[in-house]
Amino acid sequence: MAHALSMIVNGREVNAHVEARTLLVDFLRDHLGLTGTHVGCDTSQCGACVVQINGLSVKACTVLAMQADGADVTTIEGLAEGETLHPMQQAFQDHHGLQCGFCTPGMVMSALDIVRRHPDPSEAQIRDGLKGNFCRCTGYGSIVEAVQAGAKAMR
Amino acid sequence: MYDFAYHRPCSLKDALALLAESPEARPLAGGQTLLPVMKQRLAAPSALVDLSGVPELRGIDLSPQAVTIGALTTHAEIAESAEVTQAIPALSAMAAKIGDQQVRHRGTLGGSIANNDPAADYPAALLGLDAVVVTDRREIAAADFFIDILETALQPGELVVAVRFPIPRTAAYARMDQPASRFALVGVFVGVMQDGGVRVAVTGAGPCVFRQGEMETSLTHSFRPEALAGLDIAAEGLNSDLHGSPEYRAHLIGVLARRAVVACL
Repeated sequence: MAHALSMIVNGREVNAHVEARTLLVDFLRDHLGLTGTHVGCDTSQCGACVVQINGLSVKACTVLAMQADGADVTTIEGLAEGETLHPMQQAFQDHHGLQCGFCTPGMVMSALDIVRRHPDPSEAQIRDGLKGNFCRCTGYGSIVEAVQAGAKAMR
Repeated sequence: MYDFAYHRPCSLKDALALLAESPEARPLAGGQTLLPVMKQRLAAPSALVDLSGVPELRGIDLSPQAVTIGALTTHAEIAESAEVTQAIPALSAMAAKIGDQQVRHRGTLGGSIANNDPAADYPAALLGLDAVVVTDRREIAAADFFIDILETALQPGELVVAVRFPIPRTAAYARMDQPASRFALVGVFVGVMQDGGVRVAVTGAGPCVFRQGEMETSLTHSFRPEALAGLDIAAEGLNSDLHGSPEYRAHLIGVLARRAVVACL
């Protein structure tokens, strides 16, 4: 059965009809074409699907689209302003916080949540805040450096 | 996952009515366990009753004797709550370690205890603090609430509204992480109640949270880590999986209980 759904995605109002079982990540990718949010494990382990709902980072593979009805959702596509990358995105580029890039959208969205809670995060706070995000390339060292630099650029 | 009917009621009364009229319906809190289980087709409810719009299930209330936390309060909200941290810092510290930050933004106290995973953290806090589960129709002591693996005293259609935690003299929780699942391999909660009674609650080790009576007796006599020396924790009946044998879990109960006592002092 289709349910009427309305939410703000990256500042724009979106209206749609979805099945109740539609996951938020599938709604973003398949209905809205916002494929920057990735599906890695689909079991709430890897964090490739992290987006923000009302400013809080969540795993979009473990949220129903209907649970975000009426909410304000931000995805990786909502960060840059035109051609100018968000400071956190720029920091990931500058500090080589990625290799293959598959985990990067989720890493950046989780990094913003770390900065929300800790504007000047310690390495321990960053590593704790990234516990729900897996990278299988970098070994995390350069990601931690990128988050530190991104946080500094955002202050 | 299979499709289902979806409802988001705006009051506790409407939520209870929706659950009562459809025996195969399930309440949905944060969904951090239920949705993965449905994806695996281990559960296929006919309907989900999303409780996120029910105001009666929210809020943290601090009185001189107790902290009452609404069922829909997320782990992150408990971890960051000034009231909880002031009254029972062991509880906010526990919440801050559950899963990861993204899970903590969605997962709820009520959802966790209603699920009663054998390795969940909150059941140890409820049992270790002699907490009371307030439902839509009655109050249930923690000792009577957690029945067995994934089983509680909740009746079909009965909803947890809040949990009332008595404020202890002191309390601490020590756990051995299972880093892949981010559940506790074993966790031990030690609480010293206002009347001086000591409670030791163990999660992750058995099919369901349980109290360790011998430790409680020893610690009531002398609340020092040395009081636990020489106690032989039986491995019989404890969980066995690829992460640990019953003997290993029994050993961890002793280690973690000592750590929790030290943290209380």
